[in-house]
Amino acid sequence: MARFEEVGPRSPIIESTRVDLVHPRARLGVTIRAIVAIVIVAIMLFPVVWLALTTIKTRPDAVAVPPKFIPYFPDGLLSDWCMVPQLNKDGTPKLDKNGQPVLKERAECFDVTLEGIVGLFFERRTLTPAQQKQYMESPEFGWADRILLKRGLVITGPSDFVNRFRNSLIIAGTSTVLAVAFGLLAAYAFSRWDIKGKPDFLFFILSTRMLPPVVVTIPIFLMYRQLGIYDTHIGMILLYTVFNLSLSVWLLKGFLDEIPKEYEEAALVDGYSRMQAFRKVVLPQAATGIAATTVFCLIFAWNEYAFSLMLTSDVARTMPPAIASTQGAGGLEWAIIATASMLFLIPVVVITFALRQHLLRGVTFGAIRQ
Amino acid sequence: MSHVELQHITKRFKTVTALRDVSFEIQDGEFFVLLGPTGAGKTTTLRVIAGLEQQTYGHVLFDGEIVDDLPPPDRDIAFVFQQYSLYPNMSVYDNLAFPLRAPMRRMSEAEIRQRVYQAAEILRITHLLERRTSHLSGGEMQRVSLGRAIVRQPRIFLMDEPLSNLDAKLREALRVELKHIQKTQGSTTLFVTHDQIEALTMADRIAVLNKGRIVQIGNPTDIYDRPATIFVAQLVGVPRINLVDARCDDGTISIVNSSVHLPKPVSGDLPRTFKLGVRPEHVQLDPQGEFVGQLLLIEPLGVESILHIKVGQQSLVCTVPGMTRHKLGEELRFNLVRERLHYFREDGIRIQV
Ligand SMILES: Nc1ncnc2c1ncn2[C@@H]1O[C@H](COP(=O)(O)OP(=O)(O)O)[C@@H](O)[C@H]1O
Ligand SMILES: [Mg+2]
Repeated sequence: MARFEEVGPRSPIIESTRVDLVHPRARLGVTIRAIVAIVIVAIMLFPVVWLALTTIKTRPDAVAVPPKFIPYFPDGLLSDWCMVPQLNKDGTPKLDKNGQPVLKERAECFDVTLEGIVGLFFERRTLTPAQQKQYMESPEFGWADRILLKRGLVITGPSDFVNRFRNSLIIAGTSTVLAVAFGLLAAYAFSRWDIKGKPDFLFFILSTRMLPPVVVTIPIFLMYRQLGIYDTHIGMILLYTVFNLSLSVWLLKGFLDEIPKEYEEAALVDGYSRMQAFRKVVLPQAATGIAATTVFCLIFAWNEYAFSLMLTSDVARTMPPAIASTQGAGGLEWAIIATASMLFLIPVVVITFALRQHLLRGVTFGAIRQ
Repeated sequence: MSHVELQHITKRFKTVTALRDVSFEIQDGEFFVLLGPTGAGKTTTLRVIAGLEQQTYGHVLFDGEIVDDLPPPDRDIAFVFQQYSLYPNMSVYDNLAFPLRAPMRRMSEAEIRQRVYQAAEILRITHLLERRTSHLSGGEMQRVSLGRAIVRQPRIFLMDEPLSNLDAKLREALRVELKHIQKTQGSTTLFVTHDQIEALTMADRIAVLNKGRIVQIGNPTDIYDRPATIFVAQLVGVPRINLVDARCDDGTISIVNSSVHLPKPVSGDLPRTFKLGVRPEHVQLDPQGEFVGQLLLIEPLGVESILHIKVGQQSLVCTVPGMTRHKLGEELRFNLVRERLHYFREDGIRIQV
């Protein structure tokens, strides 16, 4: 309010003519909204932060109660704060034989270890205490080995992780591209031409999505074994493509219906063939829808668990069942699982981020314009 | 040379028949207007000619050759759509260049540039070339749409109500411009409109379309002075033609429920009851006039005034130049211009006299 009185009506408000942006009460509203947004983001991001912290915890720290959430490096960052002198009953610092104060870790602190990360990439075997002592002294072990030796483990070879990750990339990536490409062509046909029995076809396509995957895995398993595509990339790509097609056809049809057909017709009479008009006119305008559909299909194929568990064993096994079945030497290796999960998040986040300009309008199905 | 002919075109959609047995010819260099109310089938006619819609029966001929099976790109026509024809994510220049860049034309960028600038100059939109089309006003958009048509020399221009989304002033300006361009370029044009003024002012010939049927084809004078049906008579002319029930007894025509009696025209036969049409300008005020009526309502328009005159139970509309000094309720005497009266049968067909 003060602002309006000072400035008065004679001099123009230069910054903006939008009252909702300059009015003090409106600006307070913006601040409140920003704060609410930050709080929501913090709540949403908490699991991810927790996951990230778990990747650098030892096994006891990962399951400690109360939970530990301040990492420190021994003799490094934050260690001064995290290591506090142990006190005697009378409140004086406890000293060791050399007269140095005895230090102990604060309850909320944990020391950073790369166990989980190293463990993810290598197979490990447990050592006897004698072997451990002997190996520790041997100079032929590198830094990665030493991290695990401290836990009494020795590296026996590379793990399957890289392979599984590559499988996921190949299978999810290829099936997404195929599902969107075929979906686009089918959706275009459904959107632009009078096809006999169009509603029935569309319903049939949608109905393939109605059964939960678990119900059909057994028949598909038998079928795949007969066809010899059990545990193959082709088999999984085929399956995910077909599964995603229903989603992609329906989504893309919605987006293409929104593009007035006059645009292509203008291109047609201007001398472009149907295919050229599709490429030059329809594709750029459908970018939003294609981006949204791509992300939805990718997320499904990337996260799919049940089919992969049943239809792959080794060659084509993808990440989700692999992560779930990560076993350490005697117990769940939380740090390894957390590291695998973190790496697993990255591709989807990257793709979503790369397509973000198109997504806002895309995922609201065109409700927000321009 | 471009000569377009439609032969007995019928177009049926699932439940509606949009065109019934439509035939007409457009001569080279002609400005041909298709006039009809909304839903008459005008757009469908254009789409059939463009090849965007396949007719159910009949043939489309270009220069005497049947082109029914030719897809749109090969028909070499330009189409100005009623709306939506500009690509929103391209600049005006790219929009204008788009038809020329079609792979089948294999035109060099230099030539494209030259043609685009030429078209832009004709339409006076050179200053807009770098703009995005989403930032244009309605009039500018429609100019660019026209530009997209005139950058090439197509066989025929098809224009689907290109002026109907503009405000009155712009429409008037573009109307004149369009006619001028068409005449200087000598291009063959099929122009669709529901606005009778556009039709009368621009057309060399007009085809009137109603419910998918051609009602009348003729030059503006034919259409205005000799409307083939009541529908045409009412469609063209502002204010509307006066249409009253009339009777014919023993050589005298009388307007039902009024004191107006006229001698029957010498030639031609009239049925006992029919409709009499009188254009407002043919109701002429005259202090010595034959008929008398009472002034019911005045609509002053500046350049002319519209007077509603009550004659018995009937009311006739007449126009007088400028503003009028007559008062409401005043007794007025007037004449009807006998040789300009229109006679229609009860079913709406013109009776030739
Ligand atoms: N694609 C279509 N499917 C069904 N009916 C249509 C289609 N296009 C036009 N029509 C119908 O055909 C008739 C003529 O339409 P149209 O040619 O667009 O009229 P106009 O352009 O004169 O307003 C209308 O009754 C309309 O509903
Ligand atoms: Mg129309």
